[in-house]
Amino acid sequence: MVLQVQIKKKLGEFQLDVSFEMEQEVFAILGASGCGKSMTLKCIAGIETPDEGRIVLNNRVLYDSQKKINLPPQKRKVGYMFQDYALFPSMTVEKNIMAGMGKKPDIKLVQRYIQQFCLTGLEKHYPAQLSGGQKQRVAMARMIASEPDLLLLDEPFSALDTYLKWEMEQEMRDVLAKVGKPVLFVSHNRDEVYRMCHKVSCINNGRMEVVEPVKEFFHNPKTRAAAILSGCKNISTAEVIDETHVKAVGWNIILTIPYQSEAGRIKSVGIRAHNFHKDREEAKKNISSENRLQGNVVQKNIEQENIAQESMIEENVFQIKEYRILEDPFEWNISFRVDEQSGWIQWKIAKREGEPLEIPKELYLKSTDVLLLEER
Amino acid sequence: MEQVITYIEGLDWSPLLISLKTGVVATIISFFLGIFAARKVVKAGPKVKALADGILTLPMVLPPTVAGFFLLLIFSLRRPFGSYLYGTFDIKVVQTWLGCILAATVIAFPLMYRNARAAFEQVDVNLIYAARTLGMSETTLFWKVVVPAAGPGIASGTILTFARALGEYGATSMLAGNIPGKTSTISQRIAMVIQDGDYATAGFWVVIILIIAFLIIFLMNLITSKGMKNIRRW
Repeated sequence: MVLQVQIKKKLGEFQLDVSFEMEQEVFAILGASGCGKSMTLKCIAGIETPDEGRIVLNNRVLYDSQKKINLPPQKRKVGYMFQDYALFPSMTVEKNIMAGMGKKPDIKLVQRYIQQFCLTGLEKHYPAQLSGGQKQRVAMARMIASEPDLLLLDEPFSALDTYLKWEMEQEMRDVLAKVGKPVLFVSHNRDEVYRMCHKVSCINNGRMEVVEPVKEFFHNPKTRAAAILSGCKNISTAEVIDETHVKAVGWNIILTIPYQSEAGRIKSVGIRAHNFHKDREEAKKNISSENRLQGNVVQKNIEQENIAQESMIEENVFQIKEYRILEDPFEWNISFRVDEQSGWIQWKIAKREGEPLEIPKELYLKSTDVLLLEER
Repeated sequence: MEQVITYIEGLDWSPLLISLKTGVVATIISFFLGIFAARKVVKAGPKVKALADGILTLPMVLPPTVAGFFLLLIFSLRRPFGSYLYGTFDIKVVQTWLGCILAATVIAFPLMYRNARAAFEQVDVNLIYAARTLGMSETTLFWKVVVPAAGPGIASGTILTFARALGEYGATSMLAGNIPGKTSTISQRIAMVIQDGDYATAGFWVVIILIIAFLIIFLMNLITSKGMKNIRRW
């Protein structure tokens, strides 16, 4: 176990209550803004002090409220990359990198970092003269040059525009793979997390909910908050009818689901906006089983898939009574509902050149594509 | 023209020297004391902050004669502390150049302190956090990160402190008196010669002090604007 965290801290209205363990891996904390993600990182780095709990890094106790241990940030060996990078404005790139290398930095080593992070030629520049991507490289180099045991990245790409973000993300992935240190990655961007991280947890109202492998988290979210964070656009509270049927209260529709022996646990259902089919036959084919098995799918699901494969899966039918269309650059966003009183459901479909959008009378959804959520 | 030259040659230049020396020494003392006090106050809790800030700012708002009164109360040879200083260490503050420095420092110090404090409070707190996670000691991060980031505020504080110390009159005249060649600063000399109706000498010293004050501020602005080229202009 590389890092063990178990902390509580009162934060204005709500209580931050976080506990998790991580290995040598890239571990993501997803959450809406203001949910306590950054505060968690600050407590680990020693910038903020929790009210109670324990933080252990590589068998070193960084914080223990019972034993009254609270190492200052200087002694924790935890690197922190700030959202705005927090480069020292009065120091050159070179001096910034040397800032964490002790009293007498090894000049050759400094040169190596400058090369490794593609900063050659910028040694004497000040942060105000750098572009966003260069600033991030300096921040990264500075953090790694201080040789921390753990890297904390606080929304590392939020200050970059989308075009640059893509490039920096790839660089960051290479760097992280090269340095081989455990990384705690805080973000509210699900795509980033999906591409960069191994494990995901989500914080909802200060509480840490699930800790799961990243693929499983996105393909099969277990809680309402996790479903929202994984990008699910349609969520409704559910009433269980029997082991294979639930009523989605918000949409006023009864959904067929794969057999659930413990159906009582289902409190909400979710539907991803791009999972609807126009073609009824498509919705009956059971091709999703292969996709699903790529992740670390639990044993129960595999059995389900097998049953489903033998008998064709059932499809759900949505009558479109009313709809609204929103046009995005590359896709259509259609909101529809099955009658005038119920809630809107979002459907996304990719644009095809030269093909006008046709709204069908009915949409179909695989029973296996209904996300079954516990409202933990 | 010759008249002017002989007039200048016959002039007693000591007030200029005394004023400059007093200004420089008082500024140096205020610089370190002000930064030290500002650092302590910024880190203190809200109640201590309010109290300490009140006491430290007081000399700036009070009339200088009130500050002079308190200084006399402390350092007069007829008072316990003053006579103790004189008796034990042979240090005399009243009617000496030391008195000039002390009066100028007390009056000018709040300018340094307040400017430094405001500058420290505006330093991006993430810079300090980042420095800590990088393992910098509190002292190193203060001098290498906080002070440079607060540079413009500290520089303007220093300029104002020097200008104020250079022109100090009220407290100085009470504590140090107006002894020619010893404690007679330019501002005291101006007041004295005006009483004698000597407007020519007063005018001369007025011009001198105008030139010095302007030159100092002009030079400091040049220096700080050079040092601030890495901070964005708007």
